Amino acid sequence: MRTTRALLAAAAAAALMLAACTTDEPADTAAPDESAAAEDPGAEGEEEPEQETADGEFFVRADFERQLAQRDIEPEGDPATPWLQAIEPEYVDTAEFAQDGNTLCFSNASVSNPWRVTGWITMQQQVEVLQQQGLIGEFRVSDAADDDNQQISDIQAFIDAGDCNAIIISPSTTATLTPAVEAACASGVPVIVFDRGVNTDCMVTFIHPIGGYAYGADAAEFLVDNLEPGSTVLALRILPGVDVLENRWAAAQEIFADSELEVLGDEFTGGDGAEIKNIVTQYLQRGEVDGIWMDAGDGAVAAIEAFEDTGNDYPVMAGEDELSFMRKWQETGMTAVAPVYSNFQWRTPILAATMIWAGEQVPSEWVLPQDEITEAERDDYLERNADMPALHYAKFGGEDLPGFPAAWQDR
Amino acid sequence: MSATTQQPSRRPSVGDLLARLFGGGSGTVFALLIVVFAWIFIVNPSFAEPPSLMAFLKQAAPLMILAIGQYFVIVSGEFDLSVGSLVGAQVVIAAALIDGEEGRTVPVILLMLGFGILVGLVNGLVTTLLKVQSFITTLGMMLVLYGAIRLWTGGAPTGALSEAFRQPGRGGIDMAVVRQLPWALMILLGIVIVAVAVMRSSYGRTLMATGDNERAAGFAGVRVWRVRTLAFVASSVMATLAAILIGGYAGVTAQVGQGLEFTAITAVVLGGVVLGGGKGSVIAAMAGALTLEALFVLFNQLSLPSTIRPAVQGVIIIAAVAYAARERARPRHHQEVPTQPQPATQS
Repeated sequence: MRTTRALLAAAAAAALMLAACTTDEPADTAAPDESAAAEDPGAEGEEEPEQETADGEFFVRADFERQLAQRDIEPEGDPATPWLQAIEPEYVDTAEFAQDGNTLCFSNASVSNPWRVTGWITMQQQVEVLQQQGLIGEFRVSDAADDDNQQISDIQAFIDAGDCNAIIISPSTTATLTPAVEAACASGVPVIVFDRGVNTDCMVTFIHPIGGYAYGADAAEFLVDNLEPGSTVLALRILPGVDVLENRWAAAQEIFADSELEVLGDEFTGGDGAEIKNIVTQYLQRGEVDGIWMDAGDGAVAAIEAFEDTGNDYPVMAGEDELSFMRKWQETGMTAVAPVYSNFQWRTPILAATMIWAGEQVPSEWVLPQDEITEAERDDYLERNADMPALHYAKFGGEDLPGFPAAWQDR
Repeated sequence: MSATTQQPSRRPSVGDLLARLFGGGSGTVFALLIVVFAWIFIVNPSFAEPPSLMAFLKQAAPLMILAIGQYFVIVSGEFDLSVGSLVGAQVVIAAALIDGEEGRTVPVILLMLGFGILVGLVNGLVTTLLKVQSFITTLGMMLVLYGAIRLWTGGAPTGALSEAFRQPGRGGIDMAVVRQLPWALMILLGIVIVAVAVMRSSYGRTLMATGDNERAAGFAGVRVWRVRTLAFVASSVMATLAAILIGGYAGVTAQVGQGLEFTAITAVVLGGVVLGGGKGSVIAAMAGALTLEALFVLFNQLSLPSTIRPAVQGVIIIAAVAYAARERARPRHHQEVPTQPQPATQS
């Protein structure tokens, strides 16, 4: 009995030791360029950050470089309607899809986070306008609640019904939804994909902002520009394994690796405010944190409060254009930036459908502008959204729609 | 004469105390707690400073309160899977109804307590009167609350919490040495005192008896349905209090409360409380919660990659509970001994 007990205890200890050892691997590779900067006596240099250059499943250098370049390209179209602008568009002819029918079908991945809820409201308001103009008849929607299988059968149901004049798809995941999108294309109706991508180009148009690399780079570059060399950065991420989020972190790793900042760690938070606050508090107990990089700003305020509650100075912060964060930023006057994953993209597929029905050309890959909100623009955006709830997104692009602001307030 | 009275009465030595502490049952959790804390202090001595410890207790308080609530239900032989959803629902309700207006704080908190009691009553009555297994009842309640909140808010919370609402979870009394004595800690201590008193009252004993042997308790005149329903109400009220602290601590996010039910159950089990009921102390359940939180801190201090943490946590929990269970199996053996001839004295 005693030996078994000892064995069990040893197993637990071994598990911890083993797990602890795994962190040492990246430390060894990162050590050479970091050793000079090991000036923090508390950290002892043994807890080196995971600074390995990303080059794997979620990092494609060509995409990274293209997205970074796209940030500086002037988009075509009127800046007053960014949801109709396009970066380096290649137009395709849609005459074959021109028709009189106007039943629009939309397969949504989910409305499971504030960003998607905000976009979904904007989309519905846009539909209402076009319905009043007689351009859209029935608007049929299915919500898959983040379930791939559900979304595959939702799309199949639209195909089987046979009376959709266009199908809009916001895919739940990339690879799994690809065959479903291909099946929709094969049914002969125009297919529009937006937000996350799929591994096919059979759709008439694929609508998205510049992308995750650009987002992650906007945030990381701001930290590099605003922090002294040798400063420490903590990365807060929501979930592993989601491509748009992984791209954000991959881009940040590229930029941090070329900088003299020390990345203390990257932690998954699940987007839970309490978890975020716990993690940040613990890092602050270990030592100084000078900057915070987030792959999504949902819960950014909780991170900032951790600094307040422990009596630390505000970090240099990259959050998101969620109003809760932007208001806190204004209130505290901290050094911050709000990277944006353009929420107004939810209007574009609706407008694209009516354009396709009219036989107008649309970009085959419709890349929308994606500009961060800087301190100079912050107050303007906050003023425009003064009556909006805390979890609303500043660049939702629906101010000109008839339901504004009530539709977004009464969510 | 029972076997226990035949045990030779020796004076407890240091060895005995250590054996009790590390020996198994509820003791394991305290031993684990000491080991984890010692490890944290070695890795990061600054964690031992009073302000850090206070911050730790402030963040651990909600889970400890949830564990106390879960303890009542588990010791009565049931489960409550709805607490995570209830925490989420309560925070979202608070934000939507308060909507930043300080004056609404107290009425909304009262309303939340009322809602918590209602949820507990439904859980309890469906389980005891309709004889639906609590696993199913509370799983259903978890989905109902989750879905209802989704429906009500369209997927994401609205509104804002008032400063006054946030005080219990975030604020405290500013003072020297500890920097801040958190309200959350004082609330926790109040709840612990009440919980210990309840478990020592006749209600506590009937609750324990119900969990140990429902039929026997019933024959002894215990109104099992009432005892258990009250346990569910206690669990929901604790979840409500935890929600007030969590909402206060971190504000409103869409994911608040998710998965807390399993963390709370894990904490209770880690505290040596037997699933199925009838054994374990409320203090140990709370210590289980504290140990889990400490474990999360340790993982962070060791810079474990986030992805490996659940696996390591799982191994430690299984090892600790298995270790405790082996020890617990021993006294039972002894109790069966009197059916066989036994020498009157032991050497």
